[in-house]
Amino acid sequence: MKLIFEKGSTGRGCDLLPPSDVPVINLEDKFKRQSKLNLPNVSETELSRHYTELMKKTFGVNDGFYPLGSCTMKYNPKINDDMAKLPGFTDIHPLQSEETTQGALEVMALAEEYLCEITGMDNMSFQPAAGAHGEFTGLQLIKAYHEKRGDSKRDKIIVPDSAHGTNPASAAMVGYKVINVPSTNEGYVDVDALRDAVGEDTAGFMLTNPNTLGLFEANILEITNIIHQAGGLNYYDGANLNAIMGIARPGDMGFDVVHLNLHKTFSTPHGGGGPGSGPVGCKLLLSDYLPSPRVIKGAEGSYHLSYDNPDSIGRVKAFYGNFLVVVRALTYILSLGKEGLKHASINAVLNANYMMHQLKDTYHIPFSDHCMHEFIISLEDLKKEKGVSALDVAKAMLDYGMHPPTMYFPLNVPEALMVEPTETESKETLDEAVRVYKKIYEEVTSNPELAHGYPRNTVIGRPDEVGAARNPVLRYVYNK
Amino acid sequence: MGNYVPNTLEEQEAMLGLIGMKSSEDLFVQVPKGVRLNREFDIPSSKSEMEVSRIMTSMAEKNKIFKTIFRGAGAYRHYIPSIVKQITSKEEFITSYTPYQAEISQGVLQSIFEYQTMICELTGMDVSNASVYDGATAAAEAIIMSVERKRNKAIISETVDPQILETIKTYCKSLDIEVVVAGASNGVTDLANLEKLLDEETACLLLQQPNFYGQLEDAEKIGRLVAEKGAKYIISSNPISLGILKTPAEYGADIAVGEGQPFGIPLSFGGPYLGFMATKEKLMRKLPGRIVGETTDNQGRRAFVLTLQAREQHIRREKASSNICSNQALCAMTAAVYLDAMGERGLKQAAELSMAKAHYLARLLCEIDGFNIIYKGEFFNEFVTSSPINVDKLMKILEDRGILGGYPLANDKILWCATEVNTKEEIHKLIDILKEVAV
Amino acid sequence: MNNEILYTDTHEWVQFLDETTVRIGLTDFAQSELGDLVFVNLPEEGDELTAGETFADVESVKAVSDVYSPVTGEVSKVNEDLLDHPELINSDPMEAWLIEVENVSDKENMLTEEEYKKLIS
Repeated sequence: MKLIFEKGSTGRGCDLLPPSDVPVINLEDKFKRQSKLNLPNVSETELSRHYTELMKKTFGVNDGFYPLGSCTMKYNPKINDDMAKLPGFTDIHPLQSEETTQGALEVMALAEEYLCEITGMDNMSFQPAAGAHGEFTGLQLIKAYHEKRGDSKRDKIIVPDSAHGTNPASAAMVGYKVINVPSTNEGYVDVDALRDAVGEDTAGFMLTNPNTLGLFEANILEITNIIHQAGGLNYYDGANLNAIMGIARPGDMGFDVVHLNLHKTFSTPHGGGGPGSGPVGCKLLLSDYLPSPRVIKGAEGSYHLSYDNPDSIGRVKAFYGNFLVVVRALTYILSLGKEGLKHASINAVLNANYMMHQLKDTYHIPFSDHCMHEFIISLEDLKKEKGVSALDVAKAMLDYGMHPPTMYFPLNVPEALMVEPTETESKETLDEAVRVYKKIYEEVTSNPELAHGYPRNTVIGRPDEVGAARNPVLRYVYNK
Repeated sequence: MGNYVPNTLEEQEAMLGLIGMKSSEDLFVQVPKGVRLNREFDIPSSKSEMEVSRIMTSMAEKNKIFKTIFRGAGAYRHYIPSIVKQITSKEEFITSYTPYQAEISQGVLQSIFEYQTMICELTGMDVSNASVYDGATAAAEAIIMSVERKRNKAIISETVDPQILETIKTYCKSLDIEVVVAGASNGVTDLANLEKLLDEETACLLLQQPNFYGQLEDAEKIGRLVAEKGAKYIISSNPISLGILKTPAEYGADIAVGEGQPFGIPLSFGGPYLGFMATKEKLMRKLPGRIVGETTDNQGRRAFVLTLQAREQHIRREKASSNICSNQALCAMTAAVYLDAMGERGLKQAAELSMAKAHYLARLLCEIDGFNIIYKGEFFNEFVTSSPINVDKLMKILEDRGILGGYPLANDKILWCATEVNTKEEIHKLIDILKEVAV
Repeated sequence: MNNEILYTDTHEWVQFLDETTVRIGLTDFAQSELGDLVFVNLPEEGDELTAGETFADVESVKAVSDVYSPVTGEVSKVNEDLLDHPELINSDPMEAWLIEVENVSDKENMLTEEEYKKLIS
């Protein structure tokens, strides 16, 4: 399809702004732009249709089953977007006075209160813009805590080998060395290896629970205790919170700091890759280090932004975070309420177990006794025996109008596909997915050579990623 | 109520039965008793959509929407074309995830590719990423990108937005990158001071153009000083201004960053916004974040993919230069549609109008006793004046008359801003009120 | 030592150009395991290397792998052709050397061709 730059013609455009009603200023030459500014020359009709075409080439949760493991692609209720479009939220300047933004501050205060209750934390900051940004912030809190105590030798963060890539990357960005601990054959943190790994240099430990294999760490209290005994702190990566709302809370498992992914668990949409929101919650011992400013409630019931936080790690972003995403999350929490949140988690786990149960006789599922909200298929045997990879199977699913599961993650399972159906899919959708998954298995085992050709019914076939990386073409060049 | 689970309780029971479980309790056998929450959450019960809508709307209504705004300082009200709001409300764009499966994500991928192209055109750079969280984190990432083994000092001009400086300090502190602030005189970077600070250990200089006070810096000369020491030159720009002002590339910058909010994104109490980030080809592989590239599919058709991914955290883990995973995709699309709609003519017009209105406002303000322009250099659409009365008091008076006045920098200093949305009538109304209260 | 080629168990080949100078590349086995390479991160001339430590990495589309130096010494030459043409490693790994190291003062135990073949079989 053509790029917007290849459409339209010189002179076309939209008529958007009026002529000036005040004298125009002549800019000095030394400040004047020299190079021509090439931007599209399209009429509004062309522009509108261009994006309608792009829309048709985009697959969202609205288009079909989207069981992308670890990403919680649940249905995004439309009221969330509606509320985030209220002018009282969209048209307020971040530097307006507190008296004129009481509603916005109330949104953040309420969201903090509810999310702290859901996670078992004491305070929360919404400044981090995404999960990875939350990790960065949360680890900064841990660092500030040790530094404040004069405990300067703690320079290592421990992560399990099944961790998301952002965990070690965030630790490095906060200046920590990363120690990887292995998982047991059963898919849990190896407690003995963890015990050997901790010491006076342990700053903290990062964990997702349920872990990235979809299993709840049965020894969680022992694990967090080992870290605490060594003088370290426990960090909860909230990527998988959707499995346990109302069942168990990170705060009760021994975690000191958490980040949440509001775009996952709290169903603010993903927007094609963002904006998200990655608030960081913590126990009281870390509250003084949270990013500044913080929203506080005054005695008279009004809300304030407090900048008086001498121990704060500082700012991680301008203003107060992705506010409109917080509006969506609060809308979602109010809709579901205490019963609905638990109900969501129960059904997320039910749907995953229901699908896994029906697939385990067909596919190799390494940890098939039980799963939480997601489960892992390994195609290692299929790869060895038939040369069919996880990628081949994933691409085959595209032809059935389904988004494939997460591929090649976690790293400690070869040829992994990670399936997270979420609670908002009906039994019929799951049954259909099971039927398709089985059909694909039959196709690729009986005709392995065909497997590399999937997908066949999408707008493009498999792209040349090697060529793209070897000879990067990263923009359109005018007048080539 | 408030429930997005499609399956009825009966269906759920049937599903449980089918997998050999008696009740939903059986789903959580893995969760040890010691960590169970054996009570309900202390939060309100679920509510109907109508009730939720009422609660949220009443909170929104507690915020005051100003019809007239003369405040910027990092967040700007510009005209948002209707087409921008319509296109970015399409459900496919809103509900899709990161375009990892290229075959069913060509729409999002192409939109990012077009966004990258336009950021390069605006800044004069060769390569843009798919965006980062905001202008402040873009600046921080640019600094980390510039650091080399033997160059670990980042110089930041004092005229950079203080929130950007604070963010940079948080990022640099934990990586032991030395942050040095170069002083200012007359509202612009002090060249003599800067020259003293620049040395062989300097990784980069960050300059904001126009700067926080709205002033236009001698960015060309500064660029020469930075280049002499072999340091990287980072310029943070207001992207609207690039419709008429020299590009970062024309000033010799190595990295161009900025806050993309003025491109069609509402004020939104500070977020979500959009950090843009672009660089020269030689630094391409150091650029953090997602990048989309053009390639072909297995039948030779044009195709777009996420590329150069081996730079990123999901592959390089602790060795990645940044932990960033997401981008602000929907905000990047907003900016792209905004630029598509505005075109060269529209963007220039927005820039010229903003500059003209600000200068008109400045001229009329100066006719009132006690309001004097503090920094005398050329400015774009923001400027600083003195105030004859306590600034907070003044702002309160304006608030009561439906005007959000300039941003208070001190008890007696105000940072004013105007854009194309401010009409001549609004400006006169402001001036009339000020004349009334200033006497 | 007359230009004998030795191997490491981390799949590098090492050719001694003289007593204290070596050339290092990736083995054919390594390149075929890695798949199509899209980029190589190389050290700079003058960088000090320590035996057993990583000095470069090679990128395929979805992976990045470290390259280890079996010797201690100083980087004297870098094969800059690879920066633009990483595919040379795939097409002719023995020709596509990565770096030359001089002043080699220490080295790890290395494998003969026979031993290496055994390792990868």
